[in-house]
Formats: sequence, structure tokens, C-alpha cells
Amino acid sequence: MTTEHTPAGSEPTVNVAHDEAGTNVEHDTHDNAYSGLLVNDANWAFGTDFEDPLAGVDTTVPEGIDAADLGVYCLMLGDDALVFSQRITEWCAGAPDLEEDIALANIALDLLGQARLLLARAAAADPNLVPELPEGSPVPDEDRLAYFRNDLAFRNVRLAEVPNGDFAEAVAKILIYSTWRLSIFERLADSRDTVLAAIAAKGVKEMSYHRDFAGRWVLTLARGTEESRARLLNALDGLWPLWTELFETHPAEAAVAAAGIGVDPAEVADEAGVIIDQVFAAAGIDRPEKGGLAGVGVHGRKGRDGLHTEALSRMLADMQVVAREHPEGRW
Amino acid sequence: MTAVLDTQQPATSTEAIDRARAAAGRVTDPEMPMLTLVDLGVLRDVSIEDGRVITTITPTYSGCPAMATMRDDLQRELLHAGFPDAEVRVSLTPAWTSDWITEAGRKALKDAGISPPGQAPRREGPVALTLMPTRRAVTCVLCGSDNVHLSSEFGPTTCKAMYQCLDCLEPFDHVKEI
Repeated sequence: MTTEHTPAGSEPTVNVAHDEAGTNVEHDTHDNAYSGLLVNDANWAFGTDFEDPLAGVDTTVPEGIDAADLGVYCLMLGDDALVFSQRITEWCAGAPDLEEDIALANIALDLLGQARLLLARAAAADPNLVPELPEGSPVPDEDRLAYFRNDLAFRNVRLAEVPNGDFAEAVAKILIYSTWRLSIFERLADSRDTVLAAIAAKGVKEMSYHRDFAGRWVLTLARGTEESRARLLNALDGLWPLWTELFETHPAEAAVAAAGIGVDPAEVADEAGVIIDQVFAAAGIDRPEKGGLAGVGVHGRKGRDGLHTEALSRMLADMQVVAREHPEGRW
Repeated sequence: MTAVLDTQQPATSTEAIDRARAAAGRVTDPEMPMLTLVDLGVLRDVSIEDGRVITTITPTYSGCPAMATMRDDLQRELLHAGFPDAEVRVSLTPAWTSDWITEAGRKALKDAGISPPGQAPRREGPVALTLMPTRRAVTCVLCGSDNVHLSSEFGPTTCKAMYQCLDCLEPFDHVKEI
């Protein structure tokens, strides 16, 4: 140990090392691989901050519509996007190859973004929808809706919650969802509610890519091997019972459609059917001959009424557990 | 810190708005740092209301996870320029389009090895179903060959597709037309 570099009476600096010749070397910032991360907390993670995604956006409820109807309608659309996004997210690191893995993650992220905006719009339209949390909880409204409601409060169509199967099931499901949804959003872009119109206009651009992606894979699998074709047909058989529910009109949807704010899904049934048939024709396959999955009770209540398959409850348990453990957590 | 101190003049002056615009104009995209938010077309407006700087940004994609970082970076850059309480607003209409990427931005992308977008599709009526790979006039960012292959319509960020050059084999990103 030499003392020449540490004058008596002063503490040795920690930022000193010796090179091979024994000379002291001052570390500069380049010597620490993590230094770039330490100067700026914002570099640690993207999007973890709680901030209103509709900051500065006018969320006044348009005239001629009940705020509760608008809120429930936004909740329905938001829950579709959230639940379906979560299902596709489950594919992360599980797709057949890296490109498809990234594609599925991208699609899920687009839908998550749509869900965040739609749930924020639901909360702004009707604050009564938002679950109460302990005072001082920093959880924003859209996250309260996503993480602190039980299955019976979710209003998504049941197609969105179907448990994942193989890759053929994933692309068949994305084709059905995005075909239906794109037809609705193309019309919703003309909504009198400017927030919904903006979310829909953006969503149309994004989901055009989703529908094309899924359509191409349906073609590829249908015209591929016997095995890929058989898997695709099997997937479509399993999903088809949920097709008709997509086009059934819930009273809340009828109310917003009559007010020029929402879209009656029955209106898009023909268009969506024609597009699906185009894909099927190009793929050389027929529409499955399967009836619709029944609803619950004498009224046949389904996803839009909050009546779901068991799969949703399990998915929510998985999705919500961390948030529910820490209702006052900051991330 | 010095910049924070020299702001005693009224914040409504031409000097103040110029300084605010310059500061906001320095902020870069967190995932494509060769682009400023102006180049990317995300920064839509910088104004001063009641002495407070208001910036307006439009998200590229609904789920773009960089939005919160853009907001933080704008507020920090404006703070350093002497505007401690800058507000960042979101504008959803009109929706962002890749056509808003400036010429300087396109050049910066290309210089960084990222293929810039062509013109965004304009449509009348319903969105057409496209069952064949998207046709684009993409050239290799390394050798300039147009003999390129679309590996995937989805890339490392929501705004990019992935290509590979079949001549020099360089894999590269392409910013999607949207």
C-alpha cells in the first residue's frame, strides 16, 4: 500500500483504482455501465407513471345522452379490449417464433392502449362506475376499473375471455375479434362523443394491421399442411359459438346508438360476415356449422350483462392479484 | 440551474415563448433518440397561458409506452429553461400519422439505419382487407438494394416493421405507414 496518492489527513477517494502499471486511474462515467441509468430515474422504465391518459382532453358528456349509458358503453368496449389484450399477452415468450411473439405482443399492446383510453373515458363519463379504494390510494381511475372489479362487473363479450389454445386458435380468434371490432370502430369514428371518435379513429389504423396479420396466418395455415389445416378448422369450430353474441344488441348499446354516440353491433353483422367469408374463401374453408353459445337464465344473459364463463374469473384472479394486494402501492 | 434564475421577465414575452419552444424542441423520442418530438410529429403545440407553458402531444399509437417518458422529458427540459410548472396535454384528434415525420426526421432515421415510412394509406370507405404482404418501396438502409424481405409487420416498437436485405443480409427496422 502506498501513501503518496492519499495525503495524510484526507480520506482516500473511493473513485480511484490502479491500472497495470500501478498508477491511479480516475474513473469517469464511462467506467460504470449503469451510470447512464443512475442520472435519470425516467430511464428506468417507461409508462409506469400514473397520469391521466386524457389529460387536457375535453371529456364533457355530449347533450342528448345519459352519462350512465355512455359510461357503461365505454366500459363494455374497454373491457373487450382489456380482457382480449390480457389473453394475447399470455402468449409472450410462447409463440412459434420470435417474429410472431413480437407481433402478438404488439397487438396486445395496441389493445391495452385502447383499453386504457376507453376505461378512462368510462370513468370520466360516469365516476360512479369507479371502485372506491382507501383514501390516499394513488391508483388512477382506469386502473381501478381494470384491477378492482369482480368478474360480474365486467361487460366484455365472451369471445375476449376464451382461454388460449394453439397458435391456430390465436390467429383465428384475432381474425374474428378484429374483423368485428374494426367494423364497429370505423363507424364509431363518427361518434358525437369526440373522445370516443378519436379513440376509434386511432384504433381503426391499428386494428387494420391486426386483421391483416391474422387473415394472412389463417390463409397460411389453411393452405399449409394437413396438420396446420386440421388445427385451424378445430380452432374455428371451438370459437364459432361465440360469433353471434358479437352482433347482439344490449339495451345500453341501443341507447348510445340512438343518440349518435355508439354503434349498434347488429348494424355491422353483414359487413363483418362478408369480410370473414372473403378470408374463408381465399383459404378454401367453410364457416363452421355451430350454433351460438347460450346465455344464462331465462333472459339468456351473456358477456355484456356481466355473465361470463369460468375462464374470465380465473384470468382476473391472475391479472388482479398484485394490484389488489397493494391498493395503496406506488410503482 | 442558471437558466432557472434568469426568468424574472414576464413569461408572456416573445422571448419566453421562443425559449419554451426551443426547450420543447430539444426533447427527443425515448426509443428513437435520433428524432426530436418535433421531427416525429408528436409535439403539436407550445403556448403560454397565464404565464404557464402548455405543450400538446399526440400519441403515435394508443398503447405507446413512451408517452409518460415524453411528458416527463418535456417537463424537465422546460424546467431547465426556466418554466417550472409546464403542463403537458394530450390531443387525440386528429390522430397521429407517420406523414407528420419531418424531412429532417426521415433523414435522421435513415442515417441511424432505420427505414423511414412512405406515404400513409389514404382511404375512402371501409378499410380494405389485405391478405398479401404489404407492398412498400423499401430499400436496404445499408446497401440501398430494393431486394428486401418483410420479416414481420410488427417490430421492437409498435411503430415499426422488420425487414431483411436479401443482398447484403442486413436486418433493419422500417417505420410503418399509419
